[in-house]
Amino acid sequence: MDIMTELIIKNLSARVEGKEILKDVNLTIRGGEIHALMGPNGAGKSTLGNVLIGHPNYEITGGSIKLDGVELVGKYPEERARAGLYLAFQSPVAIPGVKLSAFLRTAYKNLHPEEKLSVNDFYKLVSSHLKKVGLDESFMSRSVNDGFSGGERKRLEILQMVILRPKIIVLDEIDSGLDVDALGLISDEILQFFSDQTAFLIVTHYQRILKRIDPQFVHVLMNGKIAKEGDRELALRIENEGYDWIRGN
Amino acid sequence: MEVQNMSKDEEIEKLLESVKNITSKKSDWEFKDSFKPQYTTGKGLNKKVVEEISDIKNEPDWMRRIRLKALEIFEAKPVPTWGPDLSGIDWENISYYNKPGDSNTNSWDDVPEMIKDTFQKLGIPEMEQKYLAGSVAQYESEGVYHSLRKVWEDKGVVFMDLDSAIREHPDLVKQYFCKAVPITDNKFAALNGAVWSGGSFLYVPKGVHIDMPLQTYFRMNNEGTGQFEHTIVVADEGSSVHYIEGCTAPRWDKNSLHSAIVEIYVNKNAKARYTSVQNWSKSVYNMPTKRAWVEENGQMEWVGGSLGSKVTMLYPSSYLRGAHASASNLNISLAGPGTVKDTGAKALHFAPYTTSKIVAKSISIEDGKAIYRGLLRINKGAIESKSHVQCDALLINDESASYTFPHDEIYEPTATFGHEASVGKIGTEELTYLRSRGLSEDEASSMIVLGFLDDVMREIPMEFAIEMNRLIKMEMSKMGAVG
Ligand SMILES: Nc1ncnc2c1ncn2[C@@H]1O[C@H](COP(=O)(O)OP(=O)(O)OP(=O)(O)O)[C@@H](O)[C@H]1O
Ligand SMILES: [Mg+2]
Repeated sequence: MDIMTELIIKNLSARVEGKEILKDVNLTIRGGEIHALMGPNGAGKSTLGNVLIGHPNYEITGGSIKLDGVELVGKYPEERARAGLYLAFQSPVAIPGVKLSAFLRTAYKNLHPEEKLSVNDFYKLVSSHLKKVGLDESFMSRSVNDGFSGGERKRLEILQMVILRPKIIVLDEIDSGLDVDALGLISDEILQFFSDQTAFLIVTHYQRILKRIDPQFVHVLMNGKIAKEGDRELALRIENEGYDWIRGN
Repeated sequence: MEVQNMSKDEEIEKLLESVKNITSKKSDWEFKDSFKPQYTTGKGLNKKVVEEISDIKNEPDWMRRIRLKALEIFEAKPVPTWGPDLSGIDWENISYYNKPGDSNTNSWDDVPEMIKDTFQKLGIPEMEQKYLAGSVAQYESEGVYHSLRKVWEDKGVVFMDLDSAIREHPDLVKQYFCKAVPITDNKFAALNGAVWSGGSFLYVPKGVHIDMPLQTYFRMNNEGTGQFEHTIVVADEGSSVHYIEGCTAPRWDKNSLHSAIVEIYVNKNAKARYTSVQNWSKSVYNMPTKRAWVEENGQMEWVGGSLGSKVTMLYPSSYLRGAHASASNLNISLAGPGTVKDTGAKALHFAPYTTSKIVAKSISIEDGKAIYRGLLRINKGAIESKSHVQCDALLINDESASYTFPHDEIYEPTATFGHEASVGKIGTEELTYLRSRGLSEDEASSMIVLGFLDDVMREIPMEFAIEMNRLIKMEMSKMGAVG
């Protein structure tokens, strides 16, 4: 099988509310790779995630986003999801009244129309993964993120990822708000899901997740530009010295 | 996972499927037909017009006296200013009575072609065959068709337009006419008293349980007209009945006025359910007065959907007059761009051990305003009575607005009551979240709307949920904000 997984971001620039946030970003992510994206608050990391999934509030002013050779710029969020893109949001929004089970099943059917999983089997699948991320089965009949604690929202983002099986996954500060045990559970789920057909872009400020999920590539976004690239060492230096030395360059 | 949970999800899936197939951007009911009334009293209202209506109907003297008295009250009462702006009602330029033709028949074949076409486009004859125990169709001011299945006729059920009922069952009608809603009640009730025409009369004798609903469909066609039907439903002791009303009108530039009276009498141990789905066009001022008298151990259920109209003021009320009487009120309002829904419910507890439950849900789009206005009164002596009010609002845009004005008058110390309120949003964030997981925009917004209606889904007809969805989507796609 030669299913490739390759996201190529070229000269990407984007605006929010008329303000240029991303400037000429270049990034390539391939199946089997784990990337970390770091950078100070307000650098544009979450903006990049939102631009990738096609959030309507973010306007792309130049460049391209290609997934397996297909241009995503101009496509609806649902089309990008179908292409295999997934964003675990930094702050997942609550949607009162929309039940998790019904929502997940509709999403699953849209993304994997060829798989005729019965309602029963689907529930079994979701149940088993709920356990793995440390959520009670009762969450299935709750509204999406409604009344969830910060950590529960993060767990649900990972649960959805595992069920929907995307290829290119952006995890926007998935580690923030998780207790130590949850971080362990979530990291295990992520690593179990990781394969040479999937790739991760882990947006984080901290080492604690990178210790568990070792990135081959580390990128630093500052002022909407990729200011520095390297490996694990770069992340460790940021941990010790902050960002000033990069700025100084 | 519980079976119940799963089947609910499958239900939602099916519903989403059906929504997918709705493609027409224009409402099915928005068409205009070119039918001209055979007779009209012309523009404006005065004593002569009222007498003219009375003459045409050749009605008994007592009715004529009520009309003339009502006109005086109407003229004396000011236009209410405590609610929405009603200055757009062009009183002088409304035709208060418009008679479509001579016939009022119980065979669709005898209904004038153009009117029959209209009702066929609305799917009325088909519905009647499939789901209804009986039906009445009103076009402009008069009923043009009525039927009742023979089984029910044989059991003594009466179902026809009110004009026919006055001729055929004068004593029965007189016993109930304007008892629950007196003509002095408010300006619009007085107006109805003066110029009323059409509406239904439904009488269910003691102990008769009608297992299929009965329906009246109201259609307004010409611009600048008024429709003033008067409907009376009587569920006699130990009987049960479900009565449904639907209404539509094409959209005109000139404003129309709809001001109905609905009186429901739920006698001892009886049960009545009244469902109405109002889909008037945005040129209609909709100002009905609806009230139920509920006697000992009787149960009244109001289910209402206010989808259309420019301004609606509607507060179906239940007078709980006998011990253990109960009322439930479910109201769903959709306030589209430029429209106001001032809706709610009233529950008045006059007797011990009475209960009321009010659930009001509203959706506001763009600058649409949804207002909940309610009254809860528990009189001294209505011991151990209970009431619960729940108001939920869903806002589609930042400028959308919802307000709640509950009003409680509790005079009985042993009574218990509670209020709950919530406000939700279909924002870009919510839609984008769902879409980023592969749901189409339609599926995402439908899911949010269905989610909002989730706890009342079982109570409302499926078609209604779908129509509501369709309207919301239509309005949203017009805004262009989400597509
Ligand atoms: N919808 C929006 N409206 C206005 N400004 C926005 C919007 N979204 C992002 N911004 C601005 O864009 C800049 C980048 O924000 P972004 O959320 O991408 O930063 P970040 O790198 O993810 O920061 P953090 O580490 O704090 O999460 C910030 O200045 C932010 O205020
Ligand atoms: Mg961020």
